[in-house]
Amino acid sequence: MSERQSAPSQPSAHKTPSELKAELMPAVTALDAPFWDGLREGELRLQQCAACRSYQYPPETFCYECGSMDLAWKAASGRGTVYSFITVHQRFHAAFTEEMPYNVSIVQLEEGPRIVSNVLGIPPHDVQVDMAVQASPRAITPEQSALYFEPATTEGDR
Amino acid sequence: MKGLKHRYCIVGVGHTNYGRNPGLSQMGHNVVAIRAALEDAGLTTKDVDGVLTKTPTSTFPHLWAPQVAEALRIVPKVCATIDQAGASNIALIQFAISAIELGQAEVVVCSYGDNPATGDRASYAAPRGDAAVAGLFGAPMAYAMAARRHMAMYGTTQDQLGNVAVAHRYHASMNPGAQFREPISLEDYHNSRWLAEPFHLLDCCPVSDSGAAWVVTTAERAASLKQKPVYIEGIGQGHPAWDFHRREDITLSGAKVSGEVAFKQAGLGPEDIDFCELYDCFTIVPLITLEDYGFVKKGEGGSFYEDQRTYIGGELPINTSGGLLSETGMPGPQHIIEAVRQLRGAYQGTERQVEGAEVGLVSQQGGIMTTHSTMILTNQPA
Repeated sequence: MSERQSAPSQPSAHKTPSELKAELMPAVTALDAPFWDGLREGELRLQQCAACRSYQYPPETFCYECGSMDLAWKAASGRGTVYSFITVHQRFHAAFTEEMPYNVSIVQLEEGPRIVSNVLGIPPHDVQVDMAVQASPRAITPEQSALYFEPATTEGDR
Repeated sequence: MKGLKHRYCIVGVGHTNYGRNPGLSQMGHNVVAIRAALEDAGLTTKDVDGVLTKTPTSTFPHLWAPQVAEALRIVPKVCATIDQAGASNIALIQFAISAIELGQAEVVVCSYGDNPATGDRASYAAPRGDAAVAGLFGAPMAYAMAARRHMAMYGTTQDQLGNVAVAHRYHASMNPGAQFREPISLEDYHNSRWLAEPFHLLDCCPVSDSGAAWVVTTAERAASLKQKPVYIEGIGQGHPAWDFHRREDITLSGAKVSGEVAFKQAGLGPEDIDFCELYDCFTIVPLITLEDYGFVKKGEGGSFYEDQRTYIGGELPINTSGGLLSETGMPGPQHIIEAVRQLRGAYQGTERQVEGAEVGLVSQQGGIMTTHSTMILTNQPA
């Protein structure tokens, strides 16, 4: 789950911030490859349980809600709301040097799961609890994209 | 159930110097603290038949309690490490009581010791798995998420968070052993740099070298020991358990369930508590803890710290030695030690003593409000 270490926290000094950010990407596993494939193709995908219909993140070999192992990957709406957020001022990692201060948000997805991400496209101080956001994956490397969100632009998008 | 009333006691407490302590290894913090706690009780290592530990935060070693026993040249009957992060400190006492109740041991030492200030502190800023690429590192950011949600839901203000930092520092200013003793004002709080809004640096506990130990035995044995016994009246646990961003409500802690169990066991309620030692790794935590224990309604924790109500001499003194925020960033044992000292009347004749203190409450928690334990102590005989 989220406690697993995804990268060394003491990066070498000569790398660019984007190279450093690539190092922060978790290693892709057979279990979560469809999630990363989806992001590379511009789409948020979640596991859905065929038995109880619930959606889940992070991926697992079983349904967290009912224990069924009958899971399938489905395209999610990408719609969500900001459950909570922070504006980070302390540089914990050199990958974020050019973005200070930056937003980190917990996004409540319409399908149920919550996910930690960034709301981009507006100044961090304009982010608000409960504001509507839309998934907007961005490439970290040619092979791998990360999940980001932007403010939902119009009611029509929702 | 027989209940705990007056049957078990904390008879000795000890700790190492708080702050930066380069002369002492991680193990050294445990050993020095345990020897100090035993001397405080009037016991020696030969009296000990149980060794229980909380794992050091910085390195999380395997089979830690047996290593601590070896370092003291103790061959214990009971030896275990409990992994609830900060909540372990009370869970160790619960395990000690269980072992004594089952006839497996009579004198049990519990300890925690770590040297992240002068040793390895990488675990304090570790990236959080899949959230690393989003820039989420360490505990402060996750607790700041809880604070922001609390502010949005209940109208908790930045000043109300600041009051917690100011109040705990006020108590630390009277404590010669505290790592941070310089009094601060609300203005100082607002002027301290942002770490991750809504947290200033002064919303966060320091990273400290610290060791502490506490000795548990029966009331019968306690009667012949050196110190005035402090009786364990109630212990509770409650664990939100799920990772912080996935649980139903990040403004709720395990204090609700844990407190209900502890209060029921003790036959007491919030109105009976003379002082509290509340886990305070970040300013939002005591506010949420007060709410979930029922000292105030949900969402009103911020108002409890206004008008110096929590100062010694006030309505309900809280964190009378400075807590994690100012005494030491050690994850929790300082609260147990301070509660025991207050109930012994150790500060009698000084401004640090909570006058007439008979019942104290200690809260401990760990992770991102992932675990919680509660203990109610008294100095009143049956």
